[in-house]
Amino acid sequence: MTDTQTGSVRFEGVVKKYGDVTALKKLDLAIEPGRLVTLLGPSGCGKTTTLRLIAGLEMATEGKIFIGGENVTHLTATYRKVSMVFQSYALFPHMSVRENVAYGLTVKSVPKAEANERAEQGLELVGLAGFGDRLPSELSGGQQQRVAVARAIVLEPEVLLLDEPLSNLDAKLRRHVREEIRQIQQRLGLTAVYVTHDQEEAMAVSDNIIVMNNAEIAQIGTPADLYEAPSSAFIADFIGDANLLACDVEKSTEGVATAVLDGQRYTVPSPGIAKGAAQMVLRPHALNLGAPGQPGLKGEVTYAAYLGKEIQYTVQTDVGSLFIIAPVQADPFKQGDSVSVGIVEDHARIVAA
Amino acid sequence: MKKTVLIWLALGLAGFVLLPWHMTDDGLLDPSWITDGVAATGLFGTLAGQWWLAPAGLALVIAMILQLTVAEPVKRAKLTLSASIAGLFFMAMQGLIIVRAGPRFFEGLLTGDVIMAGQAGMGAGAGICAVALLFAATISLSQSGKGQGDAFVVSTIGLIIALVGIFVFFPVIHILVRAFEVEGGYSLTEFFPRLFSADIWGLGCLIGPRSCGVAINSLFLGVMAGLGTTILGLTFALIFTRTDFRAKKFLRILTVLPIITPPFVIGLALILLFGRAGTVTEFFADMLGWEKTRWVYGFWGVYFAQLLSFTPIAFLVLIGVVQGVSPSMEEASQTLDADRWQTFRFVSLPLMRPGLANAFLLGFIESIADFGNPLVLGSGYEVLSTEIFFAIVGSVADPAKAAILAIALLSLTMSAFIAQRLWLGKKSYATITGKADSGQNAALNPVLKGFCYAIALPWAALTLIVYSMIIFGSFVKLWGYNHSFTFDHYIRAFGVDFANWRLTGVAWDSYFTTLTISSIAAPLTAIVGLATAYLLVRQKFVGKDAFEFSTMLSFAIPGTVIGVSYIMAFNFPPIELTGTSIILIIVFVFRNMPVGVRGGIAAMSQLDKSLDEASITLGANSFTTVRRVILPLMGPAILAALTYSFVRAITSVSAVIFLVSAKHNMATAFIVGRVENGEFGLAIAYSAVLIVTMLAAILLMQLLVGTRRLRRTDRVQQAAKPA
Repeated sequence: MTDTQTGSVRFEGVVKKYGDVTALKKLDLAIEPGRLVTLLGPSGCGKTTTLRLIAGLEMATEGKIFIGGENVTHLTATYRKVSMVFQSYALFPHMSVRENVAYGLTVKSVPKAEANERAEQGLELVGLAGFGDRLPSELSGGQQQRVAVARAIVLEPEVLLLDEPLSNLDAKLRRHVREEIRQIQQRLGLTAVYVTHDQEEAMAVSDNIIVMNNAEIAQIGTPADLYEAPSSAFIADFIGDANLLACDVEKSTEGVATAVLDGQRYTVPSPGIAKGAAQMVLRPHALNLGAPGQPGLKGEVTYAAYLGKEIQYTVQTDVGSLFIIAPVQADPFKQGDSVSVGIVEDHARIVAA
Repeated sequence: MKKTVLIWLALGLAGFVLLPWHMTDDGLLDPSWITDGVAATGLFGTLAGQWWLAPAGLALVIAMILQLTVAEPVKRAKLTLSASIAGLFFMAMQGLIIVRAGPRFFEGLLTGDVIMAGQAGMGAGAGICAVALLFAATISLSQSGKGQGDAFVVSTIGLIIALVGIFVFFPVIHILVRAFEVEGGYSLTEFFPRLFSADIWGLGCLIGPRSCGVAINSLFLGVMAGLGTTILGLTFALIFTRTDFRAKKFLRILTVLPIITPPFVIGLALILLFGRAGTVTEFFADMLGWEKTRWVYGFWGVYFAQLLSFTPIAFLVLIGVVQGVSPSMEEASQTLDADRWQTFRFVSLPLMRPGLANAFLLGFIESIADFGNPLVLGSGYEVLSTEIFFAIVGSVADPAKAAILAIALLSLTMSAFIAQRLWLGKKSYATITGKADSGQNAALNPVLKGFCYAIALPWAALTLIVYSMIIFGSFVKLWGYNHSFTFDHYIRAFGVDFANWRLTGVAWDSYFTTLTISSIAAPLTAIVGLATAYLLVRQKFVGKDAFEFSTMLSFAIPGTVIGVSYIMAFNFPPIELTGTSIILIIVFVFRNMPVGVRGGIAAMSQLDKSLDEASITLGANSFTTVRRVILPLMGPAILAALTYSFVRAITSVSAVIFLVSAKHNMATAFIVGRVENGEFGLAIAYSAVLIVTMLAAILLMQLLVGTRRLRRTDRVQQAAKPA
């Protein structure tokens, strides 16, 4: 096991209840050191609770929590070697930027000169050297965000926690800052746990993504795993866009399933699927539009949007409405056109109904 | 943590061995107890035969041994916790059972000369032992594997529970016990007839010539005052927020007045205006030949005085309520073609309903708890608060009757308080949201506006006249008879003999006592209040609701009840405080604590919680977080709590009047004494000086707060909500 190493996080059967409300059902979890793992899910799924349990801001109702192999279940946040970047940044408004960054060091009685020096190094790391004397209110949102990161990493935590760190930034800045966070994390080899509800952000920064739903883990995997081999309809729908169509699995051998959809047979790579009713996951790119008469599902274009690099179609078929993205072509289909929709079997997946 | 526990235990042990266990007559700093015949520390007391002191010392020693010998932290904490709790328990038991000579529980078991001689109240040694055991217990509790433990938080909770228990619940329980007392014992069968006697609850005045019971009088007065102040307050609030009335600043001043007015001053001014020799009475007698009556000394006088005193409080509550009605609601109503009257009648007024109920209950509680005005004016109309006073200090002292009346009064205020919390707590139509609301409140329609002006403006004029009377009255020789200008009253009260540098005025003593005690009580009140607010807003713990309820409880306990309960509870061992200045300080701290709590809650709710969490995840403990993050951001709230508790300590009369002594007299009690002697001039002059003193304190605060707040809000908002 890797969990004796610095920076690993392990949950054993952790349950969190607030009165009668269960925020987390029996969670088992292992995060390897040096990885950036994202907790992703819709609001109320328990991802922030999980993060706060790691931080020690909440206490587990049942189960055990290990950080770096040490049982920290009963330790409060003060005594855990983790630090956290908050959604609101939570910079202390009455302290200068340097005092903010040095705060964690000074409360641990690090001599003032050393604390200031390390704070300065931290600021340099996030590209804010020379800003130490300013007040947080004199910085822009992105700069405040980076101060918050500097404040968390100067303590050299075993685990760095980030709670929706980008949600207060505008779209362009968000991409820039998330790249920076990722670079710093990789350079320092930090274990980081990152909470977000934005699946694109999660896919962009993570080594691994833990998708949560209804107070439990829905799937764990790399971004590519989740996108290409979703384990459930929920994951398929939540990670990227997907068309979900009811189908019937006739045969399932060696990771390949044969399914019947709208009277036609399709052979789809889908390991471990049982026979019977199931759902076929069709990504918008995995569908081809063709002239009527070509093999596939018959349908009619009900909406077409030209977006420059691609065209988005909504096509009404006998099995439901499909969302399709097609490259721009010379003579695009128009609203009201009859079309046939071809399925690229290699890019389709089948999940349990 | 182990070190902290050990330090406390060592301190407690030092107190047990070195300091006098019992209260000494000479005060703590007088070393004569060392040389006196009996060695009086806990240890020597034990050796000298007072074996019941031993458990406290024993618990300290055992806890220390446990700390040093048990290696496993959770087990160590649990054992230490048990030892400390046991020590505290035995300490409390011996204190309650072995009192002065006389009857006590378990008399058959506890015999012997030493026991029968009893013991004095607990002193410095006992105090330090108790505190040490308490903190050893709370710190251990935080370490005993519950996981939620932060020693600072648990210790603060423990300390506040202990303080509220001793200084709020313990005295109130004493009243209950006293109420059951009959000659030579206790009786349940006697209690109910006495509590529900016709003297208290009789309805004779409704059906015949007999007078009603005191509780019914209080109830009637309270309901009337609640209704009156709510209506007046609402008209003022409407004028303030919904009209272009010019002198709004003047209305604002009205809200400050009740804070700085000692509670009987309005009554005094009313006597000067409407009494037998009052200006208005004289005027009508001369002009119209009306008979001079004593109507002001009765229900109407008290009612009038209470309306004047409490309308500003209702105004203060209702101004928030009226402003809380979102302009967009009213604009929506108007765009739906409702006129201004319909908008007010069908949208604004219903939205204000819970606020109006709240103002009514506040007025009700203030009215039945009011002591000053009925004392000065109510000779023809008996109410509970003053009857309690007369039952204690009257010609026939009857503590049992006082206790019964106190229970009746307490049950009225408590019902109102509980109704307010249960019924209104969950019901709020306040429509202020986080979103910026750029609309404007609808103006009042002309009829309603005229109506408001017609009520409010004469009333404001009357208030003005009453207050100018207070100033004017202090400069005339003998009100109603000789109106020549004089400084006599001021000289008598605050005269200074400059030749010898001596303060010859009769008021100086009580004036300085008042200022000293208020200045000591104010910071303590602020600390207790803000610490409680911190726990309530920022911490989660088992029993938090009960904790909040009990800390706000002292708001619902009328001053007279507190006063009576304190003299009943703290006149005897184990805690003997009557006649000291400490009891005055304590009564102020626990009476004004809810004010500090509310201020603290309001201020702390505005601080983003993630600031605390950031500090904690960065490795700071709760204490460091409070010291370095929360306190620096709460400057204005702290100042406000300080000033308010200072001012309230100066104006308070109801509880204080039971607790003052010749050595420690307070200004308000002194003034009441002058009023009872008919020395109105002096009383009013003194009141005027008090008002000026408090005004200065408030202005000073406003100055400090005004400058601080600007800086703080800018910074917090920008940091918490970046663009």
